[in-house]
Amino acid sequence: MTSIHIDGRTCPTRPDINLLQACLEAGASLPYFCWHPELGSVGACRQCAVRQFSGADDKTGRIVMACMTPVTDGTIVSIDDAEAREFREGVIEWMMVNHPHDCPVCEEGSECHLQDMTVMTGHNTRRYRFTKRTHRSQDLGPFVKHEMNRCIACYRCVRFYRDYAGGDDLAAFASHDNVYFGRAADGTLENAFSGNLVEICPTGVFTDKPFSGAYSRKWDMRGAPSVCVHCAVGCNTIVNARQETVRRVLNRYNGEVNRYVLCDRGRFGHGFVNAASRIRTPLRRINGQLVPVSTQDAMAQFSRMAARGPVVGIASSRASLESCFSLRVLVGADRFSTGQSRQEQDCAELGLSLLRTHPGLIPALHDMESADAVLVLGEDVSATAPRLGLSLRQSVRQASFRAADAAKVPRWMDAAVRTLGSECSSALFIATPAPTDLDSIAQETFHAAPDDIARLGFAIAHRIDPAAPAVSDLVESQAALADRIAMALVAAKKPLVVSGMQYGSPALMRAAAGIAAALATKTPVAALSLVFPDCNSMGLAMVGGLSLDAVLEKAEAGEIATLVILENDLSRHLDPAVLAKLTEAVPGIVIIDHTMTPLCETACLVLPAAPFTECSGTIVSQEGRAQRYFPVVFPSAPIQSGWRWVQALGQHIIVEDEAASAEIRATGLTDWRRMDDVTLALARDIPVLAAAVGAAPGADYRLEEQRPRNEPHRASGRTVIRSHISVRDQPPPASPDTPFSNSMEGAYGPDMPAALVPYFRTPAWNSVQSLSRFQQEIGGAMRGGDPGVRLFADLSSDQQDNRQPLYSYSLDIPAAFRPQSDKVLLLPEGRLFGSEELSLHSPPVAARSAAPALGLPAGDVPPGRVTLHLNGGVHDLPVQEIAGLPEGIALCPPHMVSRAFVFPCQASLSTADGKGKRT
Amino acid sequence: MRQPPFLAIILTPLLILGLATLLTWVERRLLGLWQDRYGPNRVGPGGMLQAVADGIKMLFKQDWIPPFADKGVFVLAPAIGMMTVLLSFAVIPATSLRSIAGNLNVGLLFILAMMGLGVYAVVLAGWASNSKYALLGGMRAAAQMISYEVFMGLSLMGVVMITGSFSLYDIVAAQSGLWFIVPQCLGFIVFLLAGIAETHRLPFDLPEGENELGAGFHTEYSGMKFGMFFLAEYAGIVLVSALVTTLYLGGWLGPFLPAAVWFVLKTGTLVAFFILLRAALPRPRYDQLMTLGWKVLLPLSLLNIAATGTILMLRAPE
Amino acid sequence: MLDTMRTLFLTFLHAFRHRVTIQYPEEKPYLPPRYRGRIILSRDPDGEERCVSCNLCAVACPVDCISLQKAEVEGRWYPEYFRINFSRCIFCGFCEEACPTYAIQLTPDFEMGEYVRQTLVYEKEDLLISGTGKYPDYSFYRVAGVRIAGKDWGESEHERPPVDLRTLLP
Repeated sequence: MTSIHIDGRTCPTRPDINLLQACLEAGASLPYFCWHPELGSVGACRQCAVRQFSGADDKTGRIVMACMTPVTDGTIVSIDDAEAREFREGVIEWMMVNHPHDCPVCEEGSECHLQDMTVMTGHNTRRYRFTKRTHRSQDLGPFVKHEMNRCIACYRCVRFYRDYAGGDDLAAFASHDNVYFGRAADGTLENAFSGNLVEICPTGVFTDKPFSGAYSRKWDMRGAPSVCVHCAVGCNTIVNARQETVRRVLNRYNGEVNRYVLCDRGRFGHGFVNAASRIRTPLRRINGQLVPVSTQDAMAQFSRMAARGPVVGIASSRASLESCFSLRVLVGADRFSTGQSRQEQDCAELGLSLLRTHPGLIPALHDMESADAVLVLGEDVSATAPRLGLSLRQSVRQASFRAADAAKVPRWMDAAVRTLGSECSSALFIATPAPTDLDSIAQETFHAAPDDIARLGFAIAHRIDPAAPAVSDLVESQAALADRIAMALVAAKKPLVVSGMQYGSPALMRAAAGIAAALATKTPVAALSLVFPDCNSMGLAMVGGLSLDAVLEKAEAGEIATLVILENDLSRHLDPAVLAKLTEAVPGIVIIDHTMTPLCETACLVLPAAPFTECSGTIVSQEGRAQRYFPVVFPSAPIQSGWRWVQALGQHIIVEDEAASAEIRATGLTDWRRMDDVTLALARDIPVLAAAVGAAPGADYRLEEQRPRNEPHRASGRTVIRSHISVRDQPPPASPDTPFSNSMEGAYGPDMPAALVPYFRTPAWNSVQSLSRFQQEIGGAMRGGDPGVRLFADLSSDQQDNRQPLYSYSLDIPAAFRPQSDKVLLLPEGRLFGSEELSLHSPPVAARSAAPALGLPAGDVPPGRVTLHLNGGVHDLPVQEIAGLPEGIALCPPHMVSRAFVFPCQASLSTADGKGKRT
Repeated sequence: MRQPPFLAIILTPLLILGLATLLTWVERRLLGLWQDRYGPNRVGPGGMLQAVADGIKMLFKQDWIPPFADKGVFVLAPAIGMMTVLLSFAVIPATSLRSIAGNLNVGLLFILAMMGLGVYAVVLAGWASNSKYALLGGMRAAAQMISYEVFMGLSLMGVVMITGSFSLYDIVAAQSGLWFIVPQCLGFIVFLLAGIAETHRLPFDLPEGENELGAGFHTEYSGMKFGMFFLAEYAGIVLVSALVTTLYLGGWLGPFLPAAVWFVLKTGTLVAFFILLRAALPRPRYDQLMTLGWKVLLPLSLLNIAATGTILMLRAPE
Repeated sequence: MLDTMRTLFLTFLHAFRHRVTIQYPEEKPYLPPRYRGRIILSRDPDGEERCVSCNLCAVACPVDCISLQKAEVEGRWYPEYFRINFSRCIFCGFCEEACPTYAIQLTPDFEMGEYVRQTLVYEKEDLLISGTGKYPDYSFYRVAGVRIAGKDWGESEHERPPVDLRTLLP
């Protein structure tokens, strides 16, 4: 066991880390700036000086930078040493020489690492009496605010933005005292992870611009542990609110998933909860108009509707498990639809079954970062699952780590390892129809139609495991590529195959699963990851149900009197014509949703549901991790979580109908009192989701015999914040669905369950850097265990032995794609901002979403605009030339041109002068 | 047997209570006077109705009994306190006319008995409250009052020996020549100190000792139950003052003025002296209080008895 | 014993001394300028609101009776609302201590009694005065290095003009 001696105290530690990390892990308070657990050490700030002694006899020692010194067994250091303290205080004093002293009007104030460190070193009197150097700050777009004068030149921003996230439009300029971090010129930061600069920057140079518009200090905001709902990755977030409005979203560390980083869609996409498009009262259609009505009136209306005949429920891949399940209980499994078109549903079910039968690993995001050969098969992950794309970007560094190990350079010695790594070849292979953001770091890319990519995939599987079916008449170049990829994957210690349902192609997923299964015959850690479209697509696939096409059949047969649609905008799933058929065939449509959608135009009754910031719920990420979000805002009466509305509907069926009443009572629907009851019923009913109960502690959970608090202990304004309404004090909001006290009173500490951490703070560490106190070891698991439960983990332990036979290679190899003369194959161009439904209601995200354009292969582009003839309608679009796009394929951002995107999508084009295009 | 004087029986307690109520105001005004301020001067002429306002406030307060208290005893305790004080007044001769109880031949013993019973009010209140401060206050009160009863009784012996009677009329009548304060100056001092301790007035209010015990034995009391303790204390001041007047200052005796006026004047001066003590003196420590009692007052009172006895024996006609 | 008698006598003599009580409200007492009474918000020498809504007063308040929300116009922060619940205020002056811009100040006015508690809730309009209060010359924005309307980067006190990043000079 390695141990070091800090100021005479013997602390157990581990090798392969630096002294700074060891000191922090030992609980010591050592100031630092430039070091970051995810970015390593560069020794830029000179703040973490300690005195190191060479042995027990050494009485003088020497000052070293702790972050640049490796830990060796028996290292003796002194943090408390007078000279080291003076050194650190001096460094802070230099940094503060040019600081603008604008803390009162700085958004970072109250969670500023520089403030913490200044207090920690004891620098409190300004001695410098001369003038300050100043910089001009830049406008960096709608997400990030820039105030360069606050900079202390730690270089964290460029190291994160360029080295870690792969951005190229932020850099360090000028030299010596004048060094400047910004763009070459004013303009929007392009990278998908620019928002993380807010948390990476130890001071207020980069701050959250939308948050600044609704600013509140960290000590004032209630926090709720939450889960991002803007893609299927399931990043953990903290939602901050004050005065019952959501203010911002922060990253919440989950060692297995998102760790320190969140994509901009997740960080800034929460605006829909405060948007004008929110539904806040029940609405009822009276004389063709949706009119606000009382809940009683709405329920009476539903009772009348339910009396007319069968009720069918349509759930959603963006609703929580509890809401979907309650709807299934209300209407019965045979009248319950998942709210996806047949094609989408087939894809999701196929994805789930492939993952279940996959003989190797289903990696968490953090596992992907250590994969040493990766094949991305037909999915633009940087648009559909951005955080996953970032993990793949890190995986490319495996080669440089090996080189560093060989050169005996510690892996945390960031600059050296990156320099070494510039020579190393990447083992990332990307096969997609269109170029992706990751292409620049890929060893090889392959752009072709989805079917061709699937064929390449099948060919690779065959190369790895001859038992897999061979692909006939493969082009020679593709066969050679398949050989190279297969060799790289087989040579890898931890190979990974990533695919998904972006292009709606089951063949792609089968091919990917085939490669992963073939690799699993060589190494047990062969990993397969499939990207699902929505935050709870995986959970919904596990619940199962009818497809929308089946619902349509029922409707046309007159078997549906009332349709209850839960948090689902069907116009995103069905062609306008098909949707019109459905709405005409159904006399009554009830929509339970939090945001006005075009579908509401067809509804008889609209009920206001609570979004993820206002209720509890469990969702399952694409890696099969069930995670729970908690409410941060407690909405007033008519707004309630989806399952409570469903329960209310159930109670009103009972009123009207004796027979249905007994049926519903038997299900227990009307007996649920809190969300834990729903989750338990769900676990009983759907065995595969049984473990979801453990996603987070239930409402009965007590820490040190108290409810955990979710406001900081020094939250202000308790006796005044609502005194303009009434001067009488009110108790804090109570919710039966969470264990939290919803006030500043209650238990809180680094050892609390990670699924319940509402904010990060420890004494003397007010900034997000206090996170290291909540981790078992820095960069490792949270002290209370990483949040969420893997639902696949149970499967693997159950079926460890008889698993192999479960997977059988698919023989369904598609034919090669042939461009057609009169039609193009229209493929969805996934966009970080714009494709996703809810985030588009957030003003900053809307500002970043570019106008839709039609992507056409280079050299094939007519000038001006092009008219796109889809079966859903005619669209006039500007044209964008995309290099590398194969012949016969056009790209169009889904849901932006036509609301629905239905696969497979054949379209014809014509130029503005009316001539038919595609020769 | 003569008819009991019903009017006097009804009027005297009312008078005493009214007097006690008024005394709360008098005390505060006098304290103000000696502390260079005014005291309550807003309600009524000179603030006189302040006591009424306080009384109304106290009457309208919630009559709350702590859930942890011993309910029966808790209610009984203030009643005992009030009762014993009021009963004592039955034998006080304000004038040469008879008091309620008439010329009771054991008047002095009766008063001592009533004061002895008064201990129960405090002890039971402390016990029944079931709270640590109240209990500590009650224990202090018990020890203090039982101790000082000894010196009080002994100090009176001189007076009784000279008079040869326990009747207060006889005692007053015996002072027509010389007030007993002169021959019994030692007894007077001991009795006065013991009287302060018996009524647990400042500076001997250790059972209440608010800086260490909250409010001592009545910590848990509120509303009119507290009010009864409060009034009993002021009635107690009047009682002790009247007793000192009777025993040592010649009672109603005096030239020119009517007897009742003399009595009221003497008693009033003593009451004012009680209040002056409160304004001027700090509270001793508890052990100092006990030391004073057992090591100073007890020898003094014994000395007084011995001296009085010796003188009486020497002067006695053979 | 004699000491005690002397104490009694001296105390008794106080009956003939002058009384120090001031008969408010018939007589008004003198209150020094730094008396801690009603809270106001002051303006800077240019007549702009001094409060920059940093929230330090709110967090310093031991009874949590101050609440405000930040708003911003061209880099200049000001409170969108600023509310003090005087029915809770204990006039401790911590908010004044905490204020980095001398905006919040306590005044010698204490006559704030009301019959309706709701009227003790003061909004910004009730708190804001038109003067600078106890600090006539201080202006936060002249000192702090932030850009506001009318003051660009490098134009605050003790600041050099912004660096030219493209210069080749050392």
